[in-house]
Amino acid sequence: MNVSLILIILLVGAFATYIAGDKLASKVALFFGIAALGCSVVLLNHFNLGENISFLSQWINQPHVSFSLNADGLSMAMVLLTAALTPIIIFTSFGTEHKNAKAFYALILFMSFAMVGTFLAADGLLYYIFWELSLIPIYFIALIWGNGDAEERKKAVVKFFIYTLAGSLFMLVAFIYLYQKAGSFLIEDLYKLNLSATEQLWIFLAFFLAYAIKIPIIPFHTWQANVYQKAPAVGTMLLSGIMLKMGLYSVIRWQLPIAPLAAKEYMNIFIALGIAGVIYGSIVALRQKDLKKLLAYSSLAHVGLIAAGTYTLTIDGLRGAVLQMIAHGFVVVGLFFVSEIIYRRYATGTIAEMGGIRTQSPKFASMFMILVLASVALPTTFNFVGEFTVLYSLSQINVWFAILGGTTIILGAYYMLKMYQQVMLGETNTKAFADVSLNEGLALVLIIALLFFFGLYPKPITDLITPSLENIIKVINRA
Amino acid sequence: MDTSLTLLLLLAPFIGFLFNVFFGKSIGKSASGILGTLTVATSFATSVYFFMQISQTHQAIQIQLFDWIQISNFKVDFGFLLDQLSILWLLFVTGIGSLIHLYSISYMHDDENMHKFFAYLNLFIFFMITLVIGSNLLVLFIGWEGVGLCSYLLIGFWHKNQDFNDAAKKAFIMNRIGDLGLLIGIFIIGSMFSTLDYATLKTAITGTTNLNITWISIAAFALFIGACGKSAQIPLYTWLPDAMAGPTPVSALIHAATMVTAGIFMITRLNYLFDLAPDVQNIIAIVGAVTSLVAATIALVQTDIKKVLAYSTVSQLGLMFLALGLGAYEVAVFHVITHAFFKACLFLGSGSVIHALHGEQDMRKMGGLKKVMGITFFTFLISSLAISGIPPFSGFFSKDEILMVAFEHNKVLWIIASLASLMTAFYMFRLLYLTFFNEFRGTAEQKSHLHESPSLITFPLIVLAILATIGGLISLPTNSWLNEYLAPLFAKASHEAHHFGTTEYALMAVAVLGGLIGIGIAYAKYIKQNIVPEEDSQITGFAKVLYNKYYVDEIYDAIFVQSINSLSKFFNQYVETTLSSLVFGLGKVTNELGFQGKKIQNGSIGRYLFAFVLGICAIITYLFLAQ
Repeated sequence: MNVSLILIILLVGAFATYIAGDKLASKVALFFGIAALGCSVVLLNHFNLGENISFLSQWINQPHVSFSLNADGLSMAMVLLTAALTPIIIFTSFGTEHKNAKAFYALILFMSFAMVGTFLAADGLLYYIFWELSLIPIYFIALIWGNGDAEERKKAVVKFFIYTLAGSLFMLVAFIYLYQKAGSFLIEDLYKLNLSATEQLWIFLAFFLAYAIKIPIIPFHTWQANVYQKAPAVGTMLLSGIMLKMGLYSVIRWQLPIAPLAAKEYMNIFIALGIAGVIYGSIVALRQKDLKKLLAYSSLAHVGLIAAGTYTLTIDGLRGAVLQMIAHGFVVVGLFFVSEIIYRRYATGTIAEMGGIRTQSPKFASMFMILVLASVALPTTFNFVGEFTVLYSLSQINVWFAILGGTTIILGAYYMLKMYQQVMLGETNTKAFADVSLNEGLALVLIIALLFFFGLYPKPITDLITPSLENIIKVINRA
Repeated sequence: MDTSLTLLLLLAPFIGFLFNVFFGKSIGKSASGILGTLTVATSFATSVYFFMQISQTHQAIQIQLFDWIQISNFKVDFGFLLDQLSILWLLFVTGIGSLIHLYSISYMHDDENMHKFFAYLNLFIFFMITLVIGSNLLVLFIGWEGVGLCSYLLIGFWHKNQDFNDAAKKAFIMNRIGDLGLLIGIFIIGSMFSTLDYATLKTAITGTTNLNITWISIAAFALFIGACGKSAQIPLYTWLPDAMAGPTPVSALIHAATMVTAGIFMITRLNYLFDLAPDVQNIIAIVGAVTSLVAATIALVQTDIKKVLAYSTVSQLGLMFLALGLGAYEVAVFHVITHAFFKACLFLGSGSVIHALHGEQDMRKMGGLKKVMGITFFTFLISSLAISGIPPFSGFFSKDEILMVAFEHNKVLWIIASLASLMTAFYMFRLLYLTFFNEFRGTAEQKSHLHESPSLITFPLIVLAILATIGGLISLPTNSWLNEYLAPLFAKASHEAHHFGTTEYALMAVAVLGGLIGIGIAYAKYIKQNIVPEEDSQITGFAKVLYNKYYVDEIYDAIFVQSINSLSKFFNQYVETTLSSLVFGLGKVTNELGFQGKKIQNGSIGRYLFAFVLGICAIITYLFLAQ
C-alpha cells in the first residue's frame, strides 16, 4: 500500500462524479472525498508504524523523469490537511445550487488530486506538472461559478491565471538548470548539488517569484483580494485553505534546501518581507467594505507571518509555520463558509448591509465568534500554537522581528472584532436571518472541534512533522 | 486525589458554562443562575480544602497533565501549581465570585439572556482559575487571554448598543497591546532559561550568579507592559472606565476584585525576576504612584457613580503597583485582598442603587437614599471608610503599609501616594453624600418606586462589608499572618517586620488625618453647603479638563486610531492600486511588444531580405573588428 492510492481515489472520484450526473454529483464527490481521507488516515497509520509508503516508478527516459512520490511527515501532514478539507469544502456547498454540478464537483476533486500530487512529488518535473495542473480546475471554478459581474470576474481570474503561470515559469527554468547540473530531477539528487553562491541566488529568486505570487507575499499579492471576492465560496476555500499552502510548503521543501546559501545570506530581507505583509495586510483589512475581501487581506497578514517563520531556517520557525499552515487552513475555510452562510441569506458581501444578526441567530453568532477568536490566535485554539511558535522563532533571530510580527495580535483583534461588530452586533436587522441549518452547523462544529482539539493537544501533529523538518534543516546546513 | 480535586476546582465552572450555554434557556432563569452559582461555590469549597491542607503541610502541589507546546530548547506542559500564592488568590476569586453570582441571580433576573450572562460569568471564573493555578507562564497566558475574552463578552453583554460594543472592543484591543508585551517577556525568558515553568525558573534564577541583567531587565519590562494592560496602569488604563458599560456585577467581579489584579499576581509570582531588575522596579513604582494620583484627580469630579468607582479602582491598583515596585510584594497582595472586599462591596452597592433607580447612574439625580435603602447605605458606608483608610477598617492597614514602605524608600512617592489617599477619602464621601444624603433629586415617578433591594442582593453586601471591616486582621502591623504565610514565595527575606517606633506612629497619624481631611472637605461641600455638581455644560476651567479625563481618550484617538485609519486609507487608495496597475502594466508591455513585433513579421519578402543583408553586414563588421 502506498500513497499513490490517494491520488487514484481522487482522480477516479473526479471521473465518477462527472459520470454520475448533476443530481448525484455532490454526494458522489463527498463519498470519494471521504474515501481519500480514510485512505490517508490508514496510510498515516502505516507511516507511523515505520512502513515505507512512498512510490517510485520510471516515467520518462529522456530526460530522466520519474513518477516519484515521497511521503515523509511533512508531506503526510499536508496531504492530511488537503484530504480533511476537501470533504468539508464539498459538504459546505450542499446548501447552494450549482448549474452543471457534475463538472463543478469533478473539478473540486481534480484540484484536490493535483494538490495532493504537489505535496507528494519528489521529482522536480513531476512536482512542476502537479503544481501547474492545480491551476486549471480553480481557473474554471472561479470563472464559471463565481459571483458578480461576469466581465469583471473574467478580468480578475485571467489576471490571476496568467500572473501565477508566469511566475511559475521561472521555477521551470530553475528546474531545467538544476537538471543540467544534476542529471536528474529527483529531489535527493538536487539536495546533493553543490552550487555556487551566485547560482543559488538565481535559483532562489526564481523559486521565490513562483512562491511569492502563489502564497502571496507582498508586493505580489494584487491578484488575491479580487479573486477571493469573485470566486464562489468553494473556490475561495480551496485557494485560501489549501492552495496557498502549496507555496509555503514548497519554500520548505524545495527553495530552502536547494539554495541554502542564498537563504542564509538574505534571510533578514525575506523575513522582513513576510512581516511587512503582516502589518500591511492587517492595515489594509481595516477599511475593507466587502467581507470576503477583508478575509483575503487577513489571510495575507497571516501567511506573511508563516512565510517569515519559514525563512528563519530554524526548527521552531519551520515547525511553527507548518502548524500555522494547518490551523490557518481550517480557520480560513470556516470563515469563508461563514461569509457564504450570510450570502445565502442576504445575497450580499457588503459589510454595511449586514449588522444586527446576532439576536436572530445565536448559534451562528457563537460559532462565528469562535472562528474569529481562533483567527486572532486565542490560546487553546490551534492557531495560538502555531503563532506562538513562529513568533518565538522570530524572537530568536531578532527581538524586533517578534515585536513587529507580534503586532498581528493587536491589529488582528482590531479588524476582526470591528468586522464582527459591524456584521453581527447592533440593533436587530430588519431582514430576517435564519439560524444555521443542520448541514451548515455540522460543518462549522467539525472545524471548531478540530481547532480546539489540536489547540490543546498539538502533539500528534508536532511528532509527525518534526523528524522530517529536522532532516530538511540538516540538508540546509550541509554546506 | 489532589489531581482530581484540582480538576474539580477548575472544571466545575466550565461545566457550569457548558450547561448554561446548551440548556440554560430551557431550564429557566432561576435554575440557570443557581446552577452557575453552585459550580463556583464548589470551586470555593475545594479552594478552602486546599487552603487548610497547605496551612498544615506547607507543601506546594505540582500537577502535570500532558505536553502542550514543543519548542526546540524546551517544552511547555499543561500543568498546575497550587502553592501559597495561587491558593490565596483562589480563595478570594472563588469566594467573591460565589457572592457575586448569588447577587446576579436577583440583579439580572429581568434580562432575557440571563443564562448567557451566567455562562460567561462561569467561563470567566474558569479562566481566572486557569490563570492563577497554571504551573508555567503559558498556562497563565491561557487564563490571561481567556479572562480578557470574558471581559469583552460581558462588557458588550447588551450587544444591541454599539457604544457598549465599542467599549468591549477597546478593552480587548488595549489588553492585547499588553499581551504582546507579556509574550515578548515570555520569549526572552524561554530563550534565556529554556523553561517557562515557575519552579524550574525560580531555581534557575536564584541559583545562578552571572546572569545577563540587561536581558532580564528587558524581560521584566516587557512583562510589566503586560501587567499595565490587564491591571489598567498608565498608559494602558483608559479601557477600564469604559468597561463600566457592562452589567454592574461584572464591574464588581472582573473590573474591580479579580481580573484587574492579574498583573499584580504575575509580578508577585515572578518576584525573583523583578528583584534582579532594579531599574524596572523603579519604573513600576513611579508608574504606580503617578497612576494612583492621576486617576484620583479624575475621580474627584465624575458624576457617574460607576465612573467614580472605576477611576478609584485604577487609583488603588496604582498603589499596589507602587508597593510592587518597592519590592514589598506581600504588601501589594495584602492591598489586593482588602481592596477586593471593599471595592466589590462598593460596586455591588452602586448596583443596588442603580437597580432601585431603574438604571440611573448620574449622582446628580440621586440623593436621600439612606432612608429607603438602609442596608445598602450602611454597607456602603463601611466600605467607604475602609477605602479611605480609617481605622479599624481593613483598608487602613493595607494602605498604611504601602505608605510606610513608600516613606522608607522615597519621600516624593510617599507624598504622591498620600495625596492620592486624601483625594480618595474626598471623592468616596462625595459619592456617599451625593447618593445617600439630603433630598432625592430624581423624578417623582422614580421616587415612588424607591425600595431596598431584595435579600439576594443585600446578603452579599453584608458579607463583603463584614470582610471589609475585619480583613485587616490578616496582616496586623506587628504580627502579620499574611507575611509569614507568603514567605516561601520570596527570594529575598520579606522586609523585616516594622519596628514600631515614633516615626511609624506619626506616619500612621498623618495617613489617618489625611483621610479625615478628605472626608471633612466632602462633608463641608456636600452636606453643609449642600452643593450638587453642575450640569456638564457649566463645568469650566481645570474641572472641565478633569471631567474630560485630561482628554487622554481624545489624544489616543488622534495619535493612534486616526493615524492607523489614515494609513489604511492611503494603502487602499494608492498603494494597492499602484501595485495592481504595475502588474497590469507588465501585461500591457508584453502585449505591446507582441503587437509591435507582429509588424516585423508581416510577410513582405523585401523587408526580410533587407533585414537579412543588414544582419550579414553586422556580422562581418563584428568579425572584422574582432580581428
